Amino acid sequence: MSLITQAMRGLRASGPLRGIPRANVERIATILVLVWAVGFMLWQGAGFTITLTTVFAIWAILAVSLNLVVGFTGLLSVGHIGFFGIGAYTMAILASDASYDQLRTESIPTPDWPFFAALPIGIAIAGLVALGVGVVFNRFRDDIFVLVSFGFAIISFSFFLNLRELTRGAFGIHEIPRPAFGGWVLDGEVEFLAFALVCLALVVLICWLIVTSSFGRVLTAIREDEEAIAVFGYRVTHFKLAVWVLSAMMAGLAGALFASWTSFIDPNSFILLESMLLTAIVILGGLATIWGSLLGALAFVLLEEGMRFLPFLPPEFVGQARQVVLGVLLVVLMLFRPQGLVGRYQL
Amino acid sequence: MDASNEVSLELRDIAVHYGAVRALDGVSLGVREGEAVAVMGPNGAGKSTVLKAIMGLAPVVAGEVHWRGGRLEAETHEIVREGICFVPQGRRVFTHLSIEENLEMGCLYLADDEEKRRRLESVIELFPILHEKRGDMASQMSGGQQQMLAIGRGLMGAPDLLLLDEPTLGLAPIVVGEVFEKVREISDRLDTTVMIVEHNIKGVLEIVDRAYVLDKGRVVHEGTPESIRETNVLTDVFLGRAQPDRDDGEIDEP
Repeated sequence: MSLITQAMRGLRASGPLRGIPRANVERIATILVLVWAVGFMLWQGAGFTITLTTVFAIWAILAVSLNLVVGFTGLLSVGHIGFFGIGAYTMAILASDASYDQLRTESIPTPDWPFFAALPIGIAIAGLVALGVGVVFNRFRDDIFVLVSFGFAIISFSFFLNLRELTRGAFGIHEIPRPAFGGWVLDGEVEFLAFALVCLALVVLICWLIVTSSFGRVLTAIREDEEAIAVFGYRVTHFKLAVWVLSAMMAGLAGALFASWTSFIDPNSFILLESMLLTAIVILGGLATIWGSLLGALAFVLLEEGMRFLPFLPPEFVGQARQVVLGVLLVVLMLFRPQGLVGRYQL
Repeated sequence: MDASNEVSLELRDIAVHYGAVRALDGVSLGVREGEAVAVMGPNGAGKSTVLKAIMGLAPVVAGEVHWRGGRLEAETHEIVREGICFVPQGRRVFTHLSIEENLEMGCLYLADDEEKRRRLESVIELFPILHEKRGDMASQMSGGQQQMLAIGRGLMGAPDLLLLDEPTLGLAPIVVGEVFEKVREISDRLDTTVMIVEHNIKGVLEIVDRAYVLDKGRVVHEGTPESIRETNVLTDVFLGRAQPDRDDGEIDEP
């Protein structure tokens, strides 16, 4: 055994979290993140708070939906960003403003649909792609599942980048509209935030209904012992496929919201690193809890945005520093609290 | 044990191959309605594979399984609905679920809540310890209690045929006796046909009507517990003297 391994084991055995009841650790973690959030928002003011909360809502929808697959069903997917991208691109292609002069270069045909006409299509296409991919992925578990989901993230990125007749490739798509109810366009930041929070509440409600139902119990059983649950007459592949498709549809919703909020997307928003960050958020917050995903998303957004304001950090290094900090945080968490901040299950 | 003469389960010349390994090589056996039957043999004899072949969990390359007169060709989830339940080796309870939730997993597909409740009460009557701890997580139970839970979960499917794979494996001797008692009670009181794969020969022969002895994927003996005790068949199979070697169960590559 190496000295490093010995030292790590010693640290874990006598670590500061050892001996503290789980409920207390979770309470402390929750309070810390919430105090951090409130303090940061008070410091930065209303405008930044609205932006930050909107980013949080979009990441939280993604994290909660991914937790259904990773935490509740035990399928470690690192390719969820693909479905996020499908939702975003469907929204962009169907709803972006055709008259905009972006179309002078690499023009694509856009039907100029309203947001609410494109949204269900984006969600449905994400679900359909998940269904097709899931039929193949259902054969795999554990390490192999991680690898194939990794492959999916790469393939989807390649499509976004190279299917230029549809996506405009690296040029990206501009002028993606905001939601509109009749003549009332949600072009204000507060209105959009309210809409995003309603979507998040809807996703949380659906996930809560799923995980507290008998369907959710079967998912837990699949996570623990797929073979054992199969002998009781459950068609495991159907359950896995169902949760995979539902999760992808929620990610599609997040993608559509993201596209509409930023009004511009390009393939850089859907790179593998983003997918890894998303999986990290889910693990950081805690597997198999909805609250954990919300907390993980909040901590991530605070970390990501908060680092902009570190006085000793030159602006050009902020992006890289974020990834380093998140990486280190994840390693520390895996060492001392592998179930995440408020998790019920560990990988 | 009130066994009729009617054979309810029949395996006809079943062969199961795992790649190049012949796990079962023309196994034929039958179980009568209401009977308790043991399947015994040394490690690698193919005992557990017999149960898996019945449940559609093993790659059967030849032979047929018949259940109540009809050929059983269905997938596992359909076989369960035919009234056959399998309690796999190693307990395999769901540790992140409560005891009650574990039991419900045995019949979650049932739409009739009243029937679910009736089954739950019936299982709890058989295993009072499960009632006392019904809200606890399964991970908090001892090995013996987890085994009771695993059997109880199997019974939640209200099976006509209960397949038990090594239910006493890894349990303390005092708990082993308790598990055997419960299996006997299931057979007697619930009139459930039981097929049990077991390595504890002395204990299992006390509770079954008949037993099959397997060696290297073949049935080498069949009879009542008395007839098995009177012969040297078990000594022979455990010492490798029952039948000539078949190249350690290997077959030629196709």
